[in-house]
This record gives sequence, C-alpha cells and structure tokens, in this order.
Amino acid sequence: MDIQDPSFWRAGAISTTLVMIVVLAFLSVDSMSVISVGGRNVPKYDVINHQIGYAYNWSRRADVPVIGGLEPLFGKSVTEAEATALMRTGKLVIQSRACMDCHTIFGNGAYYGPDLTKSWLDPAWSQIWMPMTGKTTREDAMVEFLMHPDKYPTWSRAMPNLNLSEDEARATVAYLKWLSAIDTNGFPANFGQSGKQP
Amino acid sequence: MYRSQKLSLRYYTAAIALFGVMIVFGLLSALYYLYPSMLFNVFNFNMSKILHIDTLVIWLLMGFLGAVYWYLPKELGIEVEGMWLAELMFWIFCVAVAIVAVVFLFVQYGSANEFSMWFINQGRKYVEAPRWAAIGIVVVMAVFAYNVIATCIKARKMTGIMWVLVLDLIPLLAVYLDAFPAVTNMSVDLYWWWWLVHMWVESTWEVLIGCVMALVLMDVMGTSRRIVETWLYIEVMLVLGAGILGLGHHYFWIGTPQYWLGIGGFFSALEPLPLLGMVVHAIYDAGTHRMKTSNQPAFFWITAEAFGNFIGAGIWGFMMTLPQINLFSHGTQWTVSHGHFAFYGAYVCGIIAVLYVAKQQTSGVDVLAGRAWKWGFGLLNFGMVGMVMGLLLAGMAQAFYGRAIGGSTLMAFTSASENAWFVSGMWARLFFGFVFAAGYVVLVYDLLTTPKRVPVTRVQLEPA
Repeated sequence: MDIQDPSFWRAGAISTTLVMIVVLAFLSVDSMSVISVGGRNVPKYDVINHQIGYAYNWSRRADVPVIGGLEPLFGKSVTEAEATALMRTGKLVIQSRACMDCHTIFGNGAYYGPDLTKSWLDPAWSQIWMPMTGKTTREDAMVEFLMHPDKYPTWSRAMPNLNLSEDEARATVAYLKWLSAIDTNGFPANFGQSGKQP
Repeated sequence: MYRSQKLSLRYYTAAIALFGVMIVFGLLSALYYLYPSMLFNVFNFNMSKILHIDTLVIWLLMGFLGAVYWYLPKELGIEVEGMWLAELMFWIFCVAVAIVAVVFLFVQYGSANEFSMWFINQGRKYVEAPRWAAIGIVVVMAVFAYNVIATCIKARKMTGIMWVLVLDLIPLLAVYLDAFPAVTNMSVDLYWWWWLVHMWVESTWEVLIGCVMALVLMDVMGTSRRIVETWLYIEVMLVLGAGILGLGHHYFWIGTPQYWLGIGGFFSALEPLPLLGMVVHAIYDAGTHRMKTSNQPAFFWITAEAFGNFIGAGIWGFMMTLPQINLFSHGTQWTVSHGHFAFYGAYVCGIIAVLYVAKQQTSGVDVLAGRAWKWGFGLLNFGMVGMVMGLLLAGMAQAFYGRAIGGSTLMAFTSASENAWFVSGMWARLFFGFVFAAGYVVLVYDLLTTPKRVPVTRVQLEPA
C-alpha cells in the first residue's frame, strides 16, 4: 500500500462512492414508503375532512400533527378522488405562482414571506383575517385573502395579487390544510405556542 | 488557438454578462426587504429572486462548460469532436436563456395547469425555467458529454482528470432529469428536488470544479500531474463520501423518517473535510512555488476559491447543519448567508480564475499582473464577506426571535423581520451588495483591457 500512489486514492474514491450510493438507494426506498401519500408521515389527501392540530408529543420529544374528528373543509366532506384532484390543483397553483420564491414550505423556498408548513394552523386567520375579511370561517377568510391579498395587508411587506380564481384559491386552502397534517419531525417548533407557556 | 477554445471564450462572455444580470437582480431583491412597496403588483419579489438565482445557476454552468472546452484540447492534444454541434448548442442555449428571461420579466405567471409548467414558470426553486427550456439544458449537457467522451475516444487517451470528469457527467446529467415533474405530494417532490439541488451543488459541481482547478493548477503553477490527480482522487473520495449521505441534512423536516436527523447531521458535519483538504492543497502549492506565478490574478482567485469554499460551504454550512440548531436556523436569512458564501467560494472564485487563465493566453503575455485586478479581487471579496455577515446577523435574529421564541407563526415572522438586528443586517447586505457590484465592474474592466507586458525575468517559475 503506497499512499503516494494516485491509484490507491482512486480505488478509495471509487469504493467509497459506490458504498454511499448503495446506502442512499436503500434509504430512499424506505423513505419513499414513509412519505408516499398514506405512508407513516404523510396522510391521505382526504385528511382535509378532519380536524387537524399540532401538539407536543413527549415520547417523540417533538411537536407532531394531531388528527381529530370530522371537520370537513368548506363544510362539505370530499371523497378521496375529489381530494386528490383538489391537491393536484393546489400544487399547480403553488408552482405556477412561484409561491416558494417568496414563502417556504418545510423551510424550503425563499425567505421573504412566512413559512407555510403549518399556515393552516396560524392563529392570524382567526385573530386578524377573519375580522378583516368579515368571513365566519378560517377557510372562507383564506380564500378571500388569497384572491385579494393586496386588500388585506397586515404589515409593510404585503402579498401581491396573483390573480387566483376562486377554484384555485379553494384548492390552495385544501393543500395548506393537508400540508399541516404531515409529520415533519417537529418543524416548526413551538408553532403558535408563543405566550401560552408559563 | 483551438476551435473549442474560441467557443470557450463565447461561453465566458455569456457567463460574465449573466453574472452582471445576477448582481442587478440580487440588488433589486435586497431592496425589496427595505422598500417592500417597490414595484408592488408590477414586478414582485419572487420574480426578481428567480432571475437572481436562475442566472446564478446558468452563468456558473456556462463558466464550467467554457472551462472544459478550454482545457479539453490541451489535455488530450486534439481538437474537440463534434464542434459544430457544440457551437450550435451555444447559440440555442443563449436564445433559450433570453426567451425565458423575457417570459419571467413580462409574463411572470400562468394559471394552475400544465401549460404554465411547459411554457411559463415551473415555480420550483432554482429550476423555475419552463419545461421546454429545461429540456434544452438537458440537450446542451448531453452534447457537452458527447464532446468530452468522443474526444477522449478519438484521442485514445484518458488521464485521471478526464476519467473523473467523464464519470461525473453521468450524475450531472441524470439528476437534472428531476427538473421536470410537478409531483403533487410536496414531501416526495422535495425529496427528489434535493437530489437535483444537493447532488449538483454539493457533489457533482464540486467534483467538476475540482477537475477544472486541477487543470488550472497544472497550467498556472506548473504543479505535477501526479500531485493534482492524487489530490483530486482524495477530494472525490471525501466529497462524495460525505456529500452523498450529507444529502440527509435536507431531509430533517420534509416528512422523511427520523433516522435522517442522525445520518444527515453526521455526514454533513463531515462535509467540510474535503474543503479543508483543498485549503491544504492550495497552501502546499503556494509554498512550493513561493507564491510565484506567471498569472497572479488566477493564482489569487484559486486561493480565494480554496478558502472561500472551506469557510463558506464548510464552516458556514457546519454552523447550521446539526438538527438541534437547524430546527431554528432553517429557512431564515442564516441559510441565505451560507448560500451566498458557499456559491461564491466554491464556484464563483474558481470561474473567475479560469477567466484570467484565458485572458493571459489570448492576450499572449508571459506574465499577467497589473493593478485593476487587485481592486476587483478586493472589492468582490470584501463585498461578499460584508453581505454574508449582514445576512448572518439578520438570520440569527430570525432564528432566535422568529423561530425559537416566536414559534414561526405569521406574527413571529413579522416581529422578527421588524427587529432592529434584522433590519440593520439587511441594510448591511444592501451596502455590501453595492461594493460587490463595484468589484464586478472593475473585474469586467480588467478582463476587457489589454494587459501590460511584464518582462518574464521578473517572475521565475520553479518546478514542483
């Protein structure tokens, strides 16, 4: 073994790379089973028919989503197929309007607007936008805001009007509700808990 | 001069022009944080950000292509195969970039349908370009791969550097195929998106710039092939050994299993090691040659690349990569600070080095020296370090006030963004952004002016 011989390091480079690729392939297969819709961490799309919460789990030592009883979005339960179609439209809204070039989802994206991972659960909907928009439910306030965000600014950095149709806005709300039900290993921590703890 | 080197100069010209466009939209993006009503509902932050980061990717890619087209015939001793196709691809590449830029400037958004994905905006960070343009990039890269492999075959010669380059082209091309899908499930979408972004930026690009730097070191410093190839293999072993599973630090919070917290944290903590190796390599080479070189600007930019890569990608990345810290630092301007430093250190400095190599050889001077490059070097580095510090200040304020204390809600985000530390960090970023822009102007001036002839006897190269 001559460590000054380039072929020694070449063999090291090849073998290390191959081992890492194989390990990554195995981990990716396992991860896909966990993050596919209906997998351990990612609920089915029709979870939007349920109440969704976010609470600290002592055994996990992290905040986790809590799926509660029935609480249909817009007051109407959807089938799995209808929920899938809504999610498809919601995701295309997020991409076509380049939402993640201002906002983040799971902390990924740009950093100009707030993170949307748990935005469905944000107390601002009931505390700020429901009174501002005159709507009586969170989802109706969200639709109104998404269609006319420039009418309801909360601070100097307002959201521009991206010309969402009502169907697009409703699909986006559905998508955000589903996102909030994904187990993200405790990210973001203490969401909405500021001022509540002793 | 080989025909492929003329093509290389065209790529360099396009790259340096796009570097300028990137700076313009970077400054504009910085201004939005301080004047948020600017261009509201006309040209919003997200479009400016897209043009900033997409031109970054494209100009660096063009710089890489230029560097390889420059060195390929020198390395193999023959003209590059399929040059007409390569030249055609250059013009297709430029036209496609121009069309996409016009669409981003004037069309901006589409409706929630496949048409928007194909022709307007895919809305996935770094790969926002519509699908037709993404396919164009695949074709350009495929032709590039053909040029490299066909030339190796025709020359019947494979050096260690060429082996690494050829093998690196496979994942470079393969992971880009993830630039097309619009997967509904965000967790799955981001899982594969990170394969593209991480495997390009923290793996295949690192190997590619390693190959280019190896060629530059032999060219500028006269370092022996045995030494640069040994270092290149070590670098590949460490970059891919740590970087492939270092991918896991992007899988902490996207819905993926908990084991990624440990795996990602451990391997990404190792990622600075190869970058430290590059610093050792640079110091070793500089010491061997007692800092003497026929191309001072290239030498200094190579050294900046080694240090910038280690500090920007390595140290700044390590600072926020452990999950216990990342839980709060993730998705803040802290990340932006790391991103700026890492891209600059790892790639921008390296590409500027190869620009100076080309400048010396096209102008025919034995020794490239002068004063303007020093101003460009100083202003660009000072500007970047200032921006990085400003962003770090702002990001730490967000991490502590917005995330750890505030709990990441809208009000917490707002409150952190109005915090004095955040605001002063943003002003610092803007100020140093202008310093960086001034450095760019001096750099372009220096690259465009004819160098003074310096007597070769002033600089004596010593064999490695």
